[in-house]
Amino acid sequence: MADIDIDIDAPGEVAFLMGNEAIARGALEAGIGFAASYPGTPSSEILPTIAEVAKKRGIYAEWSVNEMVAMEAAAGASLAGIRALTSMKQNGVHVITDFLGNIVMTGTVAGLVLVAVDDPSGRNSSNEQDTRPVARWLGIPLLEPGDFQEAKDMTRWLFDLSEELKTICMLRSVSKISHTRGNVLLGDMPIREMKAYYDLERIARLANPIGHQELLEKLARAKEIFELSSFNHYTGPENPELMIITCGSGWLYSREAVKILQLERRVGILKIGTLFPLPENFIEKYLTRAPKVLFVEEIDPFLEPGVKELAADLPPDSKRPVFYGKRSGHLKAYGEQEPDTVIEALASILCIDYQPGDAAYEVEADKAAENHLIPRSGTLCPGCPHKASFWVIKEALKLDNRYGFVTGDIGCYTSGLGAGGFYVVKTVHCMGGGAGIANGMGQLGRFGFSQPVIAACGDSTFYHAAIPALINGVFNKSNFVMAVLDNSATSMTGFQPHPGTGYTAMGDTTDVVKIEDICRGLGIRVEICDPFDIDDTVSKLLELMDFEPIPRVVVMRHECELIRARREEVPYMVHVNPERCIGQDCGCDRLCTRIFACTGLRWNSETGKAEIDEVVCSGCGFCADICPQGAIVKEAVRL
Amino acid sequence: MRQLQKDPLNLINVGVAGQGNVVISLLICSGLVREGYQVTFGQVYPSQQRGGTVINYIRISQEMLYSPLMPRRSADLILGMEPVETLRMIHRYGNENTLCVVNPRPIYSIDIAGGALGDYPDLEKLLSAIDSLTAKTWRVNATEEAKSLGNPIYASVILAGALIGIGALPLDEEVLKPALEKRFPQQFEANLSAFKRGIELVTAS
Repeated sequence: MADIDIDIDAPGEVAFLMGNEAIARGALEAGIGFAASYPGTPSSEILPTIAEVAKKRGIYAEWSVNEMVAMEAAAGASLAGIRALTSMKQNGVHVITDFLGNIVMTGTVAGLVLVAVDDPSGRNSSNEQDTRPVARWLGIPLLEPGDFQEAKDMTRWLFDLSEELKTICMLRSVSKISHTRGNVLLGDMPIREMKAYYDLERIARLANPIGHQELLEKLARAKEIFELSSFNHYTGPENPELMIITCGSGWLYSREAVKILQLERRVGILKIGTLFPLPENFIEKYLTRAPKVLFVEEIDPFLEPGVKELAADLPPDSKRPVFYGKRSGHLKAYGEQEPDTVIEALASILCIDYQPGDAAYEVEADKAAENHLIPRSGTLCPGCPHKASFWVIKEALKLDNRYGFVTGDIGCYTSGLGAGGFYVVKTVHCMGGGAGIANGMGQLGRFGFSQPVIAACGDSTFYHAAIPALINGVFNKSNFVMAVLDNSATSMTGFQPHPGTGYTAMGDTTDVVKIEDICRGLGIRVEICDPFDIDDTVSKLLELMDFEPIPRVVVMRHECELIRARREEVPYMVHVNPERCIGQDCGCDRLCTRIFACTGLRWNSETGKAEIDEVVCSGCGFCADICPQGAIVKEAVRL
Repeated sequence: MRQLQKDPLNLINVGVAGQGNVVISLLICSGLVREGYQVTFGQVYPSQQRGGTVINYIRISQEMLYSPLMPRRSADLILGMEPVETLRMIHRYGNENTLCVVNPRPIYSIDIAGGALGDYPDLEKLLSAIDSLTAKTWRVNATEEAKSLGNPIYASVILAGALIGIGALPLDEEVLKPALEKRFPQQFEANLSAFKRGIELVTAS
């Protein structure tokens, strides 16, 4: 939440903005009329920041059903003369590449900007991946902000650039810009007249060599403009021993590393903001000034091969620097950068002996860590309905006894891969991927495959990408069960609305598209159950797992605990009756703490009994239902 | 704007997802920005909503914007909402001059909930290790105090008060009041008393 109204007209005022808010502010300053997105951390806050002021500013903002529709809807607005933005995480960019590969050939009308936010280290993602190669692959002018101020300023400027070039432009951010905060100086908020009209003279040509030729001309023009951009700059000595060439958050880490190692007189920093096409003349001017060059950037080497390609074209008698970076192994080509990684690279190249602290302290700190630290893995929340769903699926698979398993999908319930979901999920790839994989396995009976396959997906994922896979299963008669873990929210990314919630990004009420209605429309069997009703859900799952050459659907519906908790009191007060809990002597082998492993439950090794952590427990009462001894007691709070 | 004793001043606020440390980091940051400092607030957090470690890195400067992650051994202040997580931060970022405010109330992790990967470490030994690796550590029983105020969630605001109370940040109660009111418009009074309680707990002794 920004500490100001995001559309305040106060040029020169300092705001403390999250990078994503700064991007939204940049789009508002550019006078956008349209924004569409699908939630994906670390990009999720851009759209709601715009949606919050959309009505007031006469803007339209939507959560689309997936990134493809968001991209296409934004392009629709651009083609009818309205400035438009779409934003997504790296996985979303995969989804839209077909459309991107075509819009670059046909061109745009009003400014159209794609914001792609990558997640180095994949802390909040199923993968770690760099989206920047898309710009080079398909021919999209690309900028990358080095701080929060640039996140705003670049976004604003990209709309002008897109309009001048008549092509889509891209901003690549990373989690440590988008999902962190810093000071941002606000610009003005000009009022733009907006009138949508599609010029009927404008007929999209199918992509042919002429479209490609035009694109290359646009990119050549972009390069000329980038040569003069103030987003590229050099600081440091005239002839440094080493030059860091960097972009994005790598710039902040580089600046800090140079300062800590006190290398200001020896090392220069060439910071590039316009990443594709590269401002070749600008870079060439500096490239031969240092005998050594270190590239600092997030995820893939992108700037690195670009600059090396440039060096290869230098005249034969030019001094070429020695290049260090991800290819030389001085920085890893995976995982997130930080000040320490740059410090270590510089220290190694320049043979500097650097110790961050006192050696004796280091020894003591290591000893304390070894003696007193325990791991803390992320897991599903106490009271999470997905945890209940995985529990009943586990029970049903056990009773079915044919080595069945779950093909998983993207959401909080990806945790089903681990202890939090009892390891029932065996595969996870992309949005809708679990249903697609189940389609294939559902055809393998002819090869002797007899394991039941349950494709699990969340409600938002169902709308996003699972529907085509389900239709494919009906069409080709594939044998699988789809379990829609419907917690009535896009929880992992921050509770954004979707077609099943009945309201939109701008807060308007809308018709609910019911999951069961879609499935029934396909003529297949649908069961609806509450995973907290263990017996009912297990018996329905067992029935559905019986072989049938057509998909069956079970909607496991229970509201996300965090949404419930915002609205009302806990449902139950839960406690352990120490008289009844017989601990190690019980045949359950600590079912509640060891197997169910909710963070609201603790094993007290002194008393040899389970106990509830009242600060963590959400009062869902599920553990009381599974305790074989009846030792966990739930007392209803709500009547 | 008060002159910083050290530039940048590095604060880590660490807790377990669900404890509310992001809210109070924002509170502190907005106060600092209002006073005119350049502030960076970086985060590392788990993809799930609850259970993992949430680290907030706050960099405060009068000169420039620092990066959202900190170099090793560079923490000047550590606000720890949970003892094990506090030590985890000290292990990487602590130094002999680090000041620390710690809530001694353990939260078990899923990895040890069943005793499968050992028990929660001996609390007194853990806290002594924290003492010996810092210049000074204040133990603030924030969870217990919060319960006496009616809800354990106030622990985070009590700890924010304690952090202000030890006087290591260039902020006082008056600067943070408006931020507190904006953040908790409905429960402003309750949060203000929790905040004041936090200040008392470190200044009374």
